[in-house]
This record gives sequence, C-alpha cells and structure tokens, in this order.
Amino acid sequence: MNIYQEEILAHYHEPSNNGELKDPTHTHCGFNPTCGDKICIDLIIDHDTITDISFHGQGCAISQAAASMLTEHVKGKPANTLKNLTKDDILEILGVELSMNRMKCGLLALETAHRAYYKNIDESKS
Amino acid sequence: MNTKLSHYFPQCTHDPTLIYLDTAATSLTPTNVLVSMERYYTQYRSNVSRGIYSNAETATKVYEAVREKCRALIGAQDVQEIIFTAGTTHSINMISSSISTLTDDINRAHGPHIVVTAMDHHANFVPWQHVITHYPEGTFSVIDLSDDYTLNLTHLTEILTEKTTILALPYISNVLGTINPVREIIAIARDINPDIIIVVDAAQAAAHVPIDVLQLDCDFLAFSGHKIYGPTGTGILWGKRKHLEKVEPFLFGGEMIAEVTHEQTIYKDLPQRLEAGTPNIAGVIGMGSAIDFIQSIGFSTITDHEKELTKYALEQLKLIDDLTIYGPQDEKIRTGVISFTVDNMHPHDIASILSTEKNIALRAGNHCAMPLHIQHMDVPATARISIGLHNTREDIDHLVDGLEIARKILCKPSKGQKV
Repeated sequence: MNIYQEEILAHYHEPSNNGELKDPTHTHCGFNPTCGDKICIDLIIDHDTITDISFHGQGCAISQAAASMLTEHVKGKPANTLKNLTKDDILEILGVELSMNRMKCGLLALETAHRAYYKNIDESKS
Repeated sequence: MNTKLSHYFPQCTHDPTLIYLDTAATSLTPTNVLVSMERYYTQYRSNVSRGIYSNAETATKVYEAVREKCRALIGAQDVQEIIFTAGTTHSINMISSSISTLTDDINRAHGPHIVVTAMDHHANFVPWQHVITHYPEGTFSVIDLSDDYTLNLTHLTEILTEKTTILALPYISNVLGTINPVREIIAIARDINPDIIIVVDAAQAAAHVPIDVLQLDCDFLAFSGHKIYGPTGTGILWGKRKHLEKVEPFLFGGEMIAEVTHEQTIYKDLPQRLEAGTPNIAGVIGMGSAIDFIQSIGFSTITDHEKELTKYALEQLKLIDDLTIYGPQDEKIRTGVISFTVDNMHPHDIASILSTEKNIALRAGNHCAMPLHIQHMDVPATARISIGLHNTREDIDHLVDGLEIARKILCKPSKGQKV
C-alpha cells in the first residue's frame, strides 16, 4: 500500500496547529533517534478540556502528518480524548498501513502528546 | 568497465527487480558461502576442537583453515593473532573492556586518554566513551573533520600527546565513504607516542580495499563477516600478539580451558583463550568462503568496479537539483558509500518511496553515526547508498529516476511548504 496518500501529503504540506503556543500548561519534545525526527507538543488544558494544542519540529511526511492529524483530532475535546487515544486510533486516523520500521514515525506524535500530558500531571503532584 | 557480477548472488536471481544499494549495512551473500555452510550442516556437522571422530576432525580442519584465510586477507604475520568474534562491535568491546590490562601502570594512574574521530561508527565510539567513565581522571577526545570530509590531521596532532593511550579510528567512514590515510595517521601518532595503542575499525574496508596490518602498523583491527559477503554474527579481532596476551577474556567457559581445579583455572593460549564457548562454526566457515569469493574476484577487479560505479553515481547525483552529498568529491579517496540529502525531502520518505516505486533498498537515518550527523554535518539524517559487487550503472540510473519520482510525490510546487 502506498502510504503517501493525498490526505497525508496535504497535512504534510500544510499542517494544522503547527507552531508554538504561548504559555502552554503542558509541553514535551519527543525524539526518534534512528532518523533524527523531533516533535514538540504544546497543550493548554483548562478544566479538563484541551483548549489549544500545537506541534513543531522536524521529520518525515508520516510523522508530520500524524502530528497534524492528532492535534486536529483532540483540539477542543476533553483531556480524556487524548489520554485514551491509542496506537490503533492513530493508525485509523492516518488511514494507511505502516510497516514495522515506519511505525515509530507514525506514533511519535502520540507518544510525545501522552508524555506532555502525564509529565505535567506528575510534576504538579510532586 | 562495468563487470556484471550479480550472477554470484542468489538474491539477485530470486528478485531480478531488486536494486540493492545497502552493502554498507550488510552485503548480499554469494552462492559459495551458502553452499559451504549447508555442507557443514548436511555433511559433517559436529563440534570443533574436541571430537576425535572423523566429522569432528573435518569440522575443526575447515574451521581452523578460516583463521589462515583471515590472516592472509589482512596481511597478518601470525595465524594465532586472529580471534573469531561475533563481529566488529564484539571485537572492539573486547579491547575496550580490557583497557586496564592493556595499558601500563603510569597510564592507569593518570587515567587513560582515549582519542576517537568524528566519523567513527557508534561501535568504535561508544565503547571508548563508556570505558572512560570508569576513570575519574580519564579524558576522551574527538578528532574533528576538515571541510572536505577528511580527518583534520592538524587537529589530530594537537590532540595527541605522549600520554595518549588509545587512538580508535575507522579505515573507511560508513557515512562519508572517506578512506582515511591510516598509515600516515599511525605514523604521526607513533611519532608523538610510540606506545599508543591504535585500533582500526575495518568494517567498511575489508571487502573493498586490500589491507596490510604490518604495513599500517596498527595494534588492533576488526571487521565483520556480514559486510564482506559472509554470514551475520561473524567477524574477527586481530591484534599484535604482545597486546592480545594482555587482553582479558570477557567470556569465560568451555573451549578456552587448559585446566580447571576447585582452586584455579588455567587458560589455553591464543586464540582459544579469547574464544570461550562453542563458536559460530557454520558462520566462520561461511566467512572463510566469503574471503575465498573476494580473493577469487580479486581486489583489482573489486576496486575498478566500485570506483567506476562510485564515480558514475557521484556524477549522476550531482545533476539532481537541491541534492547535497556528504563526503569527499574525489573518488580516489573514497568508496561507494554515498550519503546525501535532498531539500524538502526527508530521508525516510526518500527510502520509503524508492522502495515502493523502484524496489530500491537504501538506508535512511544516521547510520549509527549520530555525533557525525548532529555535531559535524548538522543534519539529523541522511539517505545513503552503498555500492557492492552486484551493482551496475543501471542501478544508479534507477536511483536517479526514483529520486525524481520521490520529488513529484513529496513536493507540491505551487504550495508553500511548512516543514
């Protein structure tokens, strides 16, 4: 299956929610060391709602499109939507089958968003 | 000249459309290597160095003959200086983990000074960076690159001192393709400190250039079987006997023993002292056949073939818009390992599209050389082709076509791209 579908390329060329947020409540940068990809996710969570989300960084079409699609999917939704988002959900949103070696490209944004979400919670507990 | 050599490799017959440009990661396997390993498993399977029966004698004889083939391949003097390992990584770790017994009292007291290069593979970088953490007063230095992607020899002379313990360097860079002037570098290093221990990673060299360890005057040299057309999980460590005698085994067990009592163990002499456990017998036999294969083609044919293709590949790649090559431009000081980037096309996307559209196998990433990419080339990743004996000019033409297809898929000329 060709993974470079029109929708993925559209997100790659003109990503949604691309950039940095001013005063995020949660933030994290994730890396994929084998290919040098970096994605940072900023979140503003207010009363358990993701009022804003953005991403920035560098990477391949798959990692960038996945980040863009993820931000669209959770923006304005309850924080639980992000918390409960799974690998399978991301693959469904991407709409393509990823090989084992490209899987980490597709999942970097999800992993980073989850770390951003939990990192802040952990810090506020300590 | 463009000798057709792909018929030696069953994988090329199995999939005639495959364009394998990843020999630097692992080489394809010629038929004679497969036949020799199958012969071991089907005709004289037995353990080595212990059985008295005839198959065990045969296995031991064939297995030990590979030591001699390795000795001849690298121009070593003594066959007992060839230690079979699982590969280059294993070989280098064996030396780095034994640094305390390899170095003299004075060096130990001051903490070792270890020097590596900016173009080393992680396998010849990380073991040294790790071992230095055991010595609070130890120091670790990295030789820089010049603008032409060769080692900066001025920087080398600035870094080395009469107290430098180890100089570790690659014969050929697995990213840049640079053939280092190893002999000249070693001469410079020995002028500064005659006792310096020089470790050469020859993983990218052993199948591509003739090696002569005596002429180089290095102290250790390692290569992997799977990068010289042999099987995975094989390789050698060669060292000068005076150093190998001081290397501590990091595997203890069978095969290495002269005598064990409740009180103590006496080890066998080299090379068995450093080869505990039943070895990778079939693998070593296969590696021997890979050396036979290389010798039968001959280094003259190999270098002619690879230089011609490298020159052609460099010429063709330079014609592609927005493509940057990382490595020497002069094919005389480089091999067919060519890393590149194309503006606005991520190497992973290039590799994916070339695979899907043209059945081309090439590598994308940092090729286990992250310091080189991040701190010297200033790119997170590159695409890399590497040329082997099976490759042809047509393979390069397909690569060029594939890159244009990738550009059409990935780049939308009319839209502003935010990457």
